[in-house]
Amino acid sequence: MNSDKILKYVLFFASFLILLISGGMLYSLIQGSMLSMHHFGWKFLISSEWNPTKGQEHYGALLFIAGTLFTSILALIIALPMAFSTSLFIGEYFRNTRMASIVSTLVDLLAGIPSIIYGLWGFYILRPFIVSIGLSAQGYGIFTAGLILAIMIIPYATSLSNTSIMMVPNELKEAAYSLGATRLEVIWNVILPNARSGIAASYILAFGRALGETLAVTMLIGNANIIPTGLFSTGNTMASVIANQFGEASGLQLSSLIEIGLLLFVITTLINAAGKFIIKKMA
Amino acid sequence: MKKIGLFLAFVLVSAAAFCQSEISLSGAGATFPLPFYNMAFEQYTKTTGQKISYGGVGSGAGIKSLSDKVVDFGASDAFLSDKELSAMPASVVHIPTCSGAVVVAFNLPGVEAIKLTPAVLVDIFMGKIKNWNNPALKKLNPTIKFPNLEMTVVYRSDGSGTTNMFTDYLTKVSKEWAAKLGSGKTVNWLTGIGAKGNPGVAGTISQTKGAIGYVGSEYSFAQKIATAYIQNKSGKFIRPTMASISAAGKGTIPADTRVMLTNSDAPIAYPIAGFTWILLYKDQNYANRSLAQAEATLKLIDWMMSPDAQSIAGKVNYAPLPAPVVLKAKAILRSVTYNGKPVLK
Repeated sequence: MNSDKILKYVLFFASFLILLISGGMLYSLIQGSMLSMHHFGWKFLISSEWNPTKGQEHYGALLFIAGTLFTSILALIIALPMAFSTSLFIGEYFRNTRMASIVSTLVDLLAGIPSIIYGLWGFYILRPFIVSIGLSAQGYGIFTAGLILAIMIIPYATSLSNTSIMMVPNELKEAAYSLGATRLEVIWNVILPNARSGIAASYILAFGRALGETLAVTMLIGNANIIPTGLFSTGNTMASVIANQFGEASGLQLSSLIEIGLLLFVITTLINAAGKFIIKKMA
Repeated sequence: MKKIGLFLAFVLVSAAAFCQSEISLSGAGATFPLPFYNMAFEQYTKTTGQKISYGGVGSGAGIKSLSDKVVDFGASDAFLSDKELSAMPASVVHIPTCSGAVVVAFNLPGVEAIKLTPAVLVDIFMGKIKNWNNPALKKLNPTIKFPNLEMTVVYRSDGSGTTNMFTDYLTKVSKEWAAKLGSGKTVNWLTGIGAKGNPGVAGTISQTKGAIGYVGSEYSFAQKIATAYIQNKSGKFIRPTMASISAAGKGTIPADTRVMLTNSDAPIAYPIAGFTWILLYKDQNYANRSLAQAEATLKLIDWMMSPDAQSIAGKVNYAPLPAPVVLKAKAILRSVTYNGKPVLK
């Protein structure tokens, strides 16, 4: 056998392994949630009761889906303008300057900070601050969790948008400038239309990341099993209920937790697929 | 060359470990008594040379390990119900090792202790009492000037024996609680915010003015948290202390010790207390275990009842077992058999 062939087999095996692992995950999630699926059927998705008390056991995922979507959408809304301006700063206005490289390193650093650190900072600094300015009596809830999530996803949204902003051909920009366009006009009329697919995809991927974030959110959302009624209402998310309850769960409760895991898996996959689709379509 | 050396060292070490065909014991289960078990087992290993490993994996996982017959003993904060017992592959006995309690902790600036009746406690955790200036609190604590402050209930967001003990007590003292929430390792809370683990609940309480919640006594004693006096069945307001928790075991205990000590009828008992148990198969010949292995297991558990081991419990803030309970536990241990013959004399 020549080395080329060996390499081919190694590569085939490696990629096949990835397929096998994701397939295996999906299979075990489906198998684990069978009990709950049989028990609750579609009602699992639209029921917002989560009652593990023996004899009155009833599980529904709606309140966790709502909490996950509310916090992630809020995070996206907060992160969007910040990530957009940061990427313009790095990719256009201060491109290739010392300042831009410092900011871009810091943004990458944010991405590398473990989520427990964000959680601790949120718990000891952000939450008391929100209480002290009178926004909420105890500081837990959708708003605090969304704010932390926003900070956590900014680097994801920024770095991909950066790349696509930098990839806009110089000739186009120079042509616009030579016609007398201002910087702002160049941004709106040349950079944005050219980089939009990359920018949109970066926000979608950041959103996907926000959906699955567990630790920091668990520490700040209040873990109350209710559908959030406002910005400062407490709630719970899919990832945090799994992390909180799987240790002592068994039977139907465990199966319902696994079904929530399955839902999270499916939602995240769909979001990522949507991101890929947008990159392809808009490019 | 270096690699070969490393490999040789590895082989030697593993061979050495293999040749010592010494018996080593393994257990798994509750995290609540973990500090006690760690210290006690270490002491036992030091004096007898017996190797023991204990995994604090949670009561549920501990029971599963025992049911899968992969450990010598399991450990749980909640006793197995009749239904759960019959689901085990063979008959299982419960041996209590120490007691713990759940204390009600709060954050009210300038107030170190408050008195609570079961009825008020239920109203607080059901969200009926929403403010500290509620007349019910004033009536119980005439000397305290309660502020106009919103009450924030804090509970455990993770499944926990602490929640089980607390809700078991509330279920016993209130019909409404029993109907609406019941008891369990997690329940469907009507109000408040959830925090993970004893440190999470205690941290949230200490950081939030007007917060009230429940934490394991072993944690609150170690951290010296302000706690509430709870009125017990005899009508006395009892402060959670080592003595009052231990006293909860002085009521009537069934021979198999499967009982929640909550709402104890002992006059000086703190009402929210309970045992933590080690679980063993009644016949020790399973999964090809040797007689020596069975003997080593039972000797260890028997030692856990000794004054030496029980005093270690006190050191790490667990309440030691009262003497009558130790007698009952020793009797259960002596009923454990290997192929039908008793192992301990």
